[in-house]
Amino acid sequence: MLQMIAQRLALGVLTLFLISVLIFGAIELLPGDIAEEILGQSATPETVEAFRRELGLDRPAHLRYLDWLGGVAQGDLGHSLANRRPIADLIAGRLANTLFLALYAAVIAVPLSLALGILAALYRNSLYDRAVNVFTLSSISFPEFFVAYILIFFLAQSGLFPSIARVTPGADLADKLHRTFLPALTLTLVVTAHMMRMTRAAIINLLASPYIEMARLKGVGPARIVLRHALPNALAPIINVIALNLAYLITGVVVVEVVFVYPGLGQLMVDSVSKRDVTVVQAAALIFACAYVLLNLVADVLSTLSNPRLVHRR
Amino acid sequence: MESPITVWQAIAALLAFAAGAAVVAWSFRAGALALAPHAVARVLRTAPLTASFGLVVILAYVVVALLAPVLAPFGEREVVGGEYLPWDEVHLLGTDNLGRDMLSRLIYGARNTVGIAFATTTVAFVVGSVLGLLAATVGGWLDQVLSRAVDVLMAIPALIFALLLLTILGTSIPNMILVIALIDSTRVFRLARAVAMNVVVMDYIEAARLRGEGLGRLILREILPNASAPLVAEFGLRFCFVFLAISALSFLGLGIQPPTADWGSMVRDNATLITFGDITPLLPAGAIALLTVAVNFVVDWMLHRASGLKE
Repeated sequence: MLQMIAQRLALGVLTLFLISVLIFGAIELLPGDIAEEILGQSATPETVEAFRRELGLDRPAHLRYLDWLGGVAQGDLGHSLANRRPIADLIAGRLANTLFLALYAAVIAVPLSLALGILAALYRNSLYDRAVNVFTLSSISFPEFFVAYILIFFLAQSGLFPSIARVTPGADLADKLHRTFLPALTLTLVVTAHMMRMTRAAIINLLASPYIEMARLKGVGPARIVLRHALPNALAPIINVIALNLAYLITGVVVVEVVFVYPGLGQLMVDSVSKRDVTVVQAAALIFACAYVLLNLVADVLSTLSNPRLVHRR
Repeated sequence: MESPITVWQAIAALLAFAAGAAVVAWSFRAGALALAPHAVARVLRTAPLTASFGLVVILAYVVVALLAPVLAPFGEREVVGGEYLPWDEVHLLGTDNLGRDMLSRLIYGARNTVGIAFATTTVAFVVGSVLGLLAATVGGWLDQVLSRAVDVLMAIPALIFALLLLTILGTSIPNMILVIALIDSTRVFRLARAVAMNVVVMDYIEAARLRGEGLGRLILREILPNASAPLVAEFGLRFCFVFLAISALSFLGLGIQPPTADWGSMVRDNATLITFGDITPLLPAGAIALLTVAVNFVVDWMLHRASGLKE
């Protein structure tokens, strides 16, 4: 089993490496180079040349890549093109904010969707199940900003919660939780639907198997069948779905941060895209992609561990 | 400030909407059953209410998109009055942040937003399924190269990758179509390849190969017909994802650019109204949501039919 986990880890590291190459190398895709593209037609050759030197474009790509990767490994993400500040400084506080928001949403969403999914599987084809089915199918199809503005419309106007999630570094936890409640709730609504549908599907899938029928025949109650007999075997797909949705939270956070003017990494990234601040976007993309890959890796390992047949394989 | 609409009123409105939708869906199905030719009617009869509601909505959007210049009371980019005018007889839904007629822009938005999303989906779909079918049929190193490339591309979250590529290429409509089509074609590739893999191993394909059929004929005439059902459903799902992605980018100000009327950027431009208790900016967002819900309902039904699931 250790060998298998080591294999997965190695694969994860390889993926991370390829992603870093892709994120770095994307600049090279341009027919001209990024200096001309950003400075536009009117730039004098001197400014283009200076800009190119600044980016290090006068050196071969693989050397630049190694420098960049070495810097990233030491926590030095380079400098912003727009305001010359070190990217590490720009990102540090924002990354913590984004992680806080994602974690907040996850703490609400995961137990909620598991409970709703198990209930829907327990009472399947009932009115509750059908209602939940239509509701979740709809909320999957809503754009995040629609959900966000609906919440603002109903909850922020009456003054219950602030519509702008401005957090100051010194604020205490309760205040912070109150201020970021609406963005967290938006994210929760967006991911809960998917997670509970998959939980329901995973459990219902198992309910057709012979050992469940056996349990039913010997007189086990429906709640015990689902919780004790079906759930442990459904853990692997459920863990996968949770990880996938947590990974989705990471991207969903971008739009939600913009709606609620939340000072997180996503907002920084969107601002940098419109300013064409390539180095900042690269750094942010690298962080988001790393989190995404790591979550998938954790899911992979955990879902293996949840299956005794894989753990004790001979 | 007192909210003009309470939560209870909203729930009542929602229930009324659901009831109305059910009636519309039911009468559409009844009408279609009476009018449609026998073969179509037989399929439609199995459609649940949600699916027929989806069909009505999709049909309505197509009609609005095609007839936009006829239906819209004012021009798409025409400034017709003051900014943020309230709803009245002339401007049924008021005006936007620059004094353009909201209703007209909503109607033109159907054409722009849905049209661009449809074009993007088509590109993604053609590229993804052609490469996927090719990879499954040819196999060997071509399959390996394409599959590994797709693996790497899919390891980066879609929106993040789109943002990165748009920074490098610059934000414009053609660039956005290209970027999103590229990203979504990887998902189509995965599915097309997986479906085709199951078909390729069948005996009749072996027979066709021995008969000396060329690659093109093999893919188009032998494999595609047996792989089409999941691919058609995938087209619907893909459309939803593309549509939401484009709306999200436009909402962030990085997609469809003004003055083109587009639902995502309309929400962004008029969002301040929401804090004053005006629901107008929610309408374009709702239009996006309604269409994706409708497509999802129809796809759900098609998948159900194709798989013969009873659950």
